[in-house]
Amino acid sequence: MSILLDASTRVIVQGITGREGSFHAEQMKEMGTNLVGGTSPGKGGTTHVGVPIFNTVAEAVETTGATASGIFVPPAFAPDAIMEAAAAGITLIACITEGIPIQDMIRVKDFLRGYPSARLLGANCPGLITPGAAKIGIIPQRITRPGSVGLVSRSGTLTYEVGSALSAAGMGQSTIVGIGGDPVLGMTFADVIALFEKDKATDRLVVIGEIGGSDEEHAAELLGRGTRLKTVAFISGRTAPEGKRMGHAGAIISGNRGTAKSKEEAFRRAGVAVAETTDQIVGLLS
Amino acid sequence: MKLLEYQAKEVLASLGISIPPGRVAHTPDEAAAACASLGPVAVKAQVPVGGRGKAGGIKLASTPDEARRAAEQIIGMDIKGFKVPLVYCEAALEIAREIYLGVTVDRDARANILMLSSKGGMDIEQVASESPESIARLYPNPWRGPLDFELNALAFNAGLGELSRPLSVLIKKLYRAIPELDAVTAEINPLVVTRANEIVAGDAKLEIDDNAMYRHRDLDERYGAVIEGDPYEVEAKKRGLTYVSLDGDIGIIGNGAGLCMSTLDLVQRAGGRAANFCDIGGGARAEVVENALAVILMNPRVKGVLMNVFGGITRGDEVAKGLVTARDNLKMKLPLVVRMSGTREEEGRAILKENGIEPGANAWEAAQKIVELTGAKARA
Repeated sequence: MSILLDASTRVIVQGITGREGSFHAEQMKEMGTNLVGGTSPGKGGTTHVGVPIFNTVAEAVETTGATASGIFVPPAFAPDAIMEAAAAGITLIACITEGIPIQDMIRVKDFLRGYPSARLLGANCPGLITPGAAKIGIIPQRITRPGSVGLVSRSGTLTYEVGSALSAAGMGQSTIVGIGGDPVLGMTFADVIALFEKDKATDRLVVIGEIGGSDEEHAAELLGRGTRLKTVAFISGRTAPEGKRMGHAGAIISGNRGTAKSKEEAFRRAGVAVAETTDQIVGLLS
Repeated sequence: MKLLEYQAKEVLASLGISIPPGRVAHTPDEAAAACASLGPVAVKAQVPVGGRGKAGGIKLASTPDEARRAAEQIIGMDIKGFKVPLVYCEAALEIAREIYLGVTVDRDARANILMLSSKGGMDIEQVASESPESIARLYPNPWRGPLDFELNALAFNAGLGELSRPLSVLIKKLYRAIPELDAVTAEINPLVVTRANEIVAGDAKLEIDDNAMYRHRDLDERYGAVIEGDPYEVEAKKRGLTYVSLDGDIGIIGNGAGLCMSTLDLVQRAGGRAANFCDIGGGARAEVVENALAVILMNPRVKGVLMNVFGGITRGDEVAKGLVTARDNLKMKLPLVVRMSGTREEEGRAILKENGIEPGANAWEAAQKIVELTGAKARA
């Protein structure tokens, strides 16, 4: 068991003929992901990395029954790719692309309201991996091992770092989910934690947050209402300087939330152990 | 990209918003000339950061001589790390009331938020924390923008019902900066109602999404070069690095923003202070490592460098070879500690050791090591 993704999930890659798309599609296949196709407009009917290529996501879904997609297209085209996937009936969309303009993502988020069954991870995220079963995105399989720890993170490399520390300590993972580092994101910490809560194969949880926004505070509130998962939280950026801010608009809406201190306090109030360095996570979880 | 006030006002004017007459002055003489033609002026430091009023960066001048003296004091002044390159001399306004108007991204709501308050001016953040209800808010649909009836309600909710017509017209103009210019913050504070009952932008803040600069080359060409920030940040930008200067003495390189931030945290925990934040991204390619080292070594305060790399797909031996080459090319003599993990990390560590670079067993140990090495050097 796992959340969002298992070995049977039918996965496509949008932008599969690009350099990044090709490389990671192969890596995904290599670990056993049920990769059923890819899209690349104008190359429909051909085969690439051993899977059929379609001109549109709708065609790919119709032909292969795909329900999940990894997006590896350049930032100028990624917003449209996300909306295309949702409109075609894809229910799990992991957008790996980095550098998408914020206003584009705000419009995408509004569009997705019309597709309530479509879940978006990212953008600017490493995707997700269910160790030993399947992955969408770029999380290296090597740092993972199957087990019962759920890991959800905003940062890419910190996810790898913590994943490998857990694996080295013999604490395998049910699923590792990267929600992405952009200001405007798809799934939140709370969304992912709610899924781990319901997953029988997950009994412990690691949350890796960072400064900015208040998704961590919301996750802490959720955990504070009661959880069966033994949880450790880590927040990076406690010593990062405050941004050289311009104007008051940001401060008006965020107030005192968003700092490492506010996030750590929220987790502590919720009864969640807070690691001060990533090295402490394994110890606090055992 | 954060625009300076005069640049933001030029943009607002191009959207049809009234601004007071004003002139840019690079020298005290130009400021005097501006005052001679405009009458009494406010001489305002142009820096892409808030709080310039409190830092002494705004002075009123009623004569050309006063304007000259004000400009002499302000040009070259340091405001929060920015050397003031020029001043903007703007005709003084006859103020009847001050309104706050801003639009920005609300991360939690994953939407743009428009805010309007009758209590504009310097203390708007205090107003926000003490009486948040006095700031009216609207989340416009991102595909079509705000509608007239929504703006009408916003004005009435802000207690500005008698101005709802002209405010709706003005807000629609300001909002164009969102879809058309990819603004992530567009703020007018104060929005001044003059004694003649005109509505004029007293100040303006405009920040354009860096991710969207590819579709606003014109703005970049017109305004990008004027802002004189931190010299290392300027150089880093030229080299395409994600770099922020800090005030410590230990240079930091990490791959990934989260890992890099947590490295700063570790250095502080070990008793040191980071000189910078530098994220070289996922791949840690040799040329990027060399660029990062080059920028960090420009800073004479730096006494040593800590590099924290987690290679997911990148091979440790390749990172190590790239780092050794970069160090040799730059003739770097300062202590360098590297924490490297990932594919082929053993081979990578061996290469580092052969070349006299300290590998740390883990990030915490590496942080302690660089603090020790740079501290020892300082005492010597």
